[in-house]
Order: sequence, then C-alpha cells, then structure tokens
Amino acid sequence: MTSANSARRRKPFPVHILVFLAPAFIIYTLFMIYPLLDSLRLSLYAPDVNRQEVFVGLDNYERLMTNDLWQPRIEGAIKNNLVFFAIHMLVQNPIGLMLAALLSSQFIRGRAIYRTLIFTPTVLSVVLVGFIWRMILSPLWGISTDFLDLFGLAAYDKPWLGLEETALPTLSLISVWQWVGIPMMLFLAALISIPDELIEAARVDGATAWGVFWRIRFRLIMPTVGIVGVLTFVGNFNAFDLIYTTQKATAGPNYSTDILGTFFYRTFFGVQLQPGNPTMGATVAGVMFLIILAGVLLYMFGWQRRMLQVEF
Amino acid sequence: MTFIERLRPAQRGQLLLAHLALLAYTALALFPVFLVVINSVKGRRAIFQSPYALPNRDTWDLVGYEKVLDNSNFPDYFLNSITVTVGALFFILLAGSMAAWALAEYRFPGNAIMGLYLALGIMIPIRLGTISILRLVVRLGLADTLAALILIYTAAGLPLAIFILTQFMRQVPRDLKDAARVDGASEYRIYLMTLPLIRPALGTVAVFNMIPVWNDLWFPLIIAPSEANKTVTLGAQVFLGQFVNDWNAVLASLTLAMIPVIILYIIFSRQLIRGLTSGAVK
Repeated sequence: MTSANSARRRKPFPVHILVFLAPAFIIYTLFMIYPLLDSLRLSLYAPDVNRQEVFVGLDNYERLMTNDLWQPRIEGAIKNNLVFFAIHMLVQNPIGLMLAALLSSQFIRGRAIYRTLIFTPTVLSVVLVGFIWRMILSPLWGISTDFLDLFGLAAYDKPWLGLEETALPTLSLISVWQWVGIPMMLFLAALISIPDELIEAARVDGATAWGVFWRIRFRLIMPTVGIVGVLTFVGNFNAFDLIYTTQKATAGPNYSTDILGTFFYRTFFGVQLQPGNPTMGATVAGVMFLIILAGVLLYMFGWQRRMLQVEF
Repeated sequence: MTFIERLRPAQRGQLLLAHLALLAYTALALFPVFLVVINSVKGRRAIFQSPYALPNRDTWDLVGYEKVLDNSNFPDYFLNSITVTVGALFFILLAGSMAAWALAEYRFPGNAIMGLYLALGIMIPIRLGTISILRLVVRLGLADTLAALILIYTAAGLPLAIFILTQFMRQVPRDLKDAARVDGASEYRIYLMTLPLIRPALGTVAVFNMIPVWNDLWFPLIIAPSEANKTVTLGAQVFLGQFVNDWNAVLASLTLAMIPVIILYIIFSRQLIRGLTSGAVK
C-alpha cells in the first residue's frame, strides 16, 4: 500500500497539464490573488517618521473606527452604502421580477424586442448614464420639470442631485434604472425553465394567475432570488463610477452620497488638499473586503444551503 | 391575431395592461438616451427651446461634434479601448479555455482545489486589491500602459470564464477525444480540436467580458490615466467634466461614446441574452 502510494507520487506530474494551467494560474495569482492578500497585509502597516512602512497590527482599523477625522467618514460611507443597497433591493429587484414575469408569458407578443430594448441601459457605461441623468435632471434643461408636470407635480421639482436629502436616493434610482436589466434577465431565465406541467397542474386546480405566480413560480425561483440578492450586494458595496462621475470624488453635497467605493478612492489617492494614504486606503479596502465576504458567506451558508434542502 | 380572438375579454384586458406596462418601461429605459441623441445634432437654442423635437433643417447643427473632435482625441481613445478590450478578451479566452480544458479533462491530484482556487475570484471584486495592483504594475515597469489594463482585466475575467468553460468542456464527447488519441494526436492538438465545439460558450464568455471591460472607469483612471492611454470611458469622463457647461459638446460626446457600444449591443444582443438566460451564470 505504502509502496504503491510512493510509486504513484514519484511518477512525474504530466507536463501538459501544467502547461494548460500555467497561463491562467499565473495571471490570476499575480494580478488578483496576490494584490488582494498584499492589500490586506498593507492594511496592517503604517508609515513611520522615515516614511518606511512598518507593522502596526490593527491600529489602522482602530483609527478608522475611533478617530474623529476618520470615524464619521467610514460610518457615513457604510450608512450611505446600506441605503444605496436597500433601494436596489426594494426597487430594482422587484421591478426586475415584475418585468421578467410579464416577459415570461407566452401570450405577450414581441417579448424578445421588449427584452432587448429594456436591457439597453445596462450595456452603457456608468459614466455616460451619470451624465445623461445629470442633464435630464438639470433645472436648466427642465426635462424633469416637464415630466413632473405631466402628473401636475411640477411644483415639487427640486435640484435632485444638489440637495443633501435627495442626492443619494436620486443616484440610487439612476443606478436602478441602469442595472434593472440584470435581475430581469436572471429572473426571466429562472421563470422560463419551470416545467409547464407544474403550472398547468396548478391552473387545473383552479388557482388564479396571481396565485400561481406567488405560490408556485416565485417559490421555484427562490435560488435565483438569492443569486440576485448577493450579486446586488457585491455590486453595490463595490460601486464607485456613478458617484464619482456625477458628484466628483468628494461625493457631495457634504458627503451625503459618499459610499465605500468613493471613500476608498479618496483615501488612497487623495483629493484636493488631502494627500493620498495607501495604508489607510488598504484599510478601507479591508473593511470592504470583510463586508463583501460576510455577504457572500451569508448567502452561501444561509441561503444556498437552505435552498438545497428544499430541492432534494 | 387569431389567438387574441380566442381569449376571454378579461384576459384581453390583462394582455393590454401587460403591454402597457412593458411599453411604459421601455419608454423609460430609452427616452433619456433618445433625448441625448436627437439633441446632440441641434443648435444650442433648439436644445433648450424644443428639446423633444426631432432635428430639422433650421435646428440642425453639428457644432458639438466639431468641438469634441477639436478638443479631444476621441479617435485615439477608441483605439485604446479596442486594444484593451480585444487584448483582454483574447487572453481570457485563451488562458481560460486552456485551464478549463485541464480541469475538465484530466484527473490529477489537486484538481478540485485548483478549480476552487480559480473560482474564488467570481465573487470578490478585483478593485479591492487596487493599491497593491498599482504598486505591482509600477514594479513591473507597466505603469500607465495598456498592457497593464489588459493583464488586470484578464485576471478579473478568468474566474467566471474558467467556471463556464469547464462545464462546457465536460460535455465534449469522450469518443471524439479518444479517437484522436488513438490516432496519435498530442494533448495540445486535442485541446485545439475541442475549441470549435464549444464556440457558443466562448462567445458567451467574450460578450460577458466585453461590456464591463469597455465601460470600466476605475482602472483606466488609476492605472493608465495619461492622455495617450485614455480609454473612451475615461476620455469621455474627463472631457465631460471639462465641458460640463457646454451643452452641445456634452451631448455630442455622450452620443459619440454611446454609438459603438450600442452597435456592439445590436450585433451581440442575441448572444448576450442567450448567455444570460441559458443559466451560464448560475
């Protein structure tokens, strides 16, 4: 037994397998895994008086959480990011589900056309989307005023991106407008893969379309609900482009739209008079990493495991 | 139209409501884009006086486009974006399919662990490692180069690509490969032989990566911000920031930056949507 094992071990590893794996392994390790680990390591370092980076343990994290200059910023960024995420979960994903439910009906003609057109904003870059909406919402152009006027609400028009209380919800909705195509497609894929017999059986039992949807179809696509949730979470806690494009790196007015991505950028790159600080930047990235990891693990061990139990 | 006649009036009403909802949402999705495009070819006055009107002989004015072309290097930006996107797609498909082939075809110690290791990156955003990526790129002498962007996007795209391609590689019939082996073909040759068989999967992976790479702002901004290396997304961002009060220029540059993406989308929308709805991302 032992001799057989060692004989197998001594057999040289097939070279061609190494050749096939090497390019992907090297590029991925060098440009993704190593930087992620190195960035986490860097978050445990700080420059000393000679500008040499020295190990300081968890001091940076402590500074971030307790220092008067840092604490309000990280707290604000996390709170704003939670609002940003909540609006996506409450608006984007239900709308995506509703559109998918409509598009999965065989009676709707032109489904493919609707689907393609509705997905269009999702392929545009966030930079373009940000500027398009900046113009649409600009009081100078008055498009948003005209739109509200359709419903007799012109009096309620505001400089939506310029006020502290409206800027973040407005940007969240712009992001929802852009990204709704993703949950729509994923829900649609799940809905059309449900066997017709299941739905027919329920119809024969006299269930209404509404009842069939919530009691049968929605329950069957619960795994996709989880995937959409975790994708939204990771995407939102990693977002940056839209805020940077419309509100600049300072995420104004008065940091009211500051999320972790913009805070991360400002911290390590610097902005205006504030110089960049790589080690504190790595610390912010470390916090983002922990938040995203927590979300992914919660999904994998909370949601997905429960789903597997339901399926089998 | 016959099937509509077969429906009960209540069902017809429901159908009508469904179409109304879809039409309304389609309008919401497209109207902002439409508004930007039609106003990009109008004079400044017409933009503000009649924003909803299509351009006519009186309002037609290409002053915005002239400004964009005079004051920025949009053609160069396009070239940079094409270089980066095509380069990244090439390496994602090549390195990704090679690794997927190894994982799908050979039983070797560590296969499962290697698969898991390569899949880690699916859920973890590469942006979190930006500071170390920047330092690495500087150390490698790749600071402010398109090559650095290509390598970063390749690393970011590989995990999902390998995950998808491995599933498809497993479906290639064994007889085919064994027949080639009997004929004395090398393992490299057999790998090359299977590539055409998984072309749809390669297309899906390409389309999935094309749009995020083309649209990314973060890495061009941080890794390759110089004028010579700007991608369209970064170039548009900088130009729009500078000309923010010049409506003609802003509308024209928005339209110019959107057109290639929309053309690509029209060409590849079927593939993209098929990829998304075939469960390739599950």
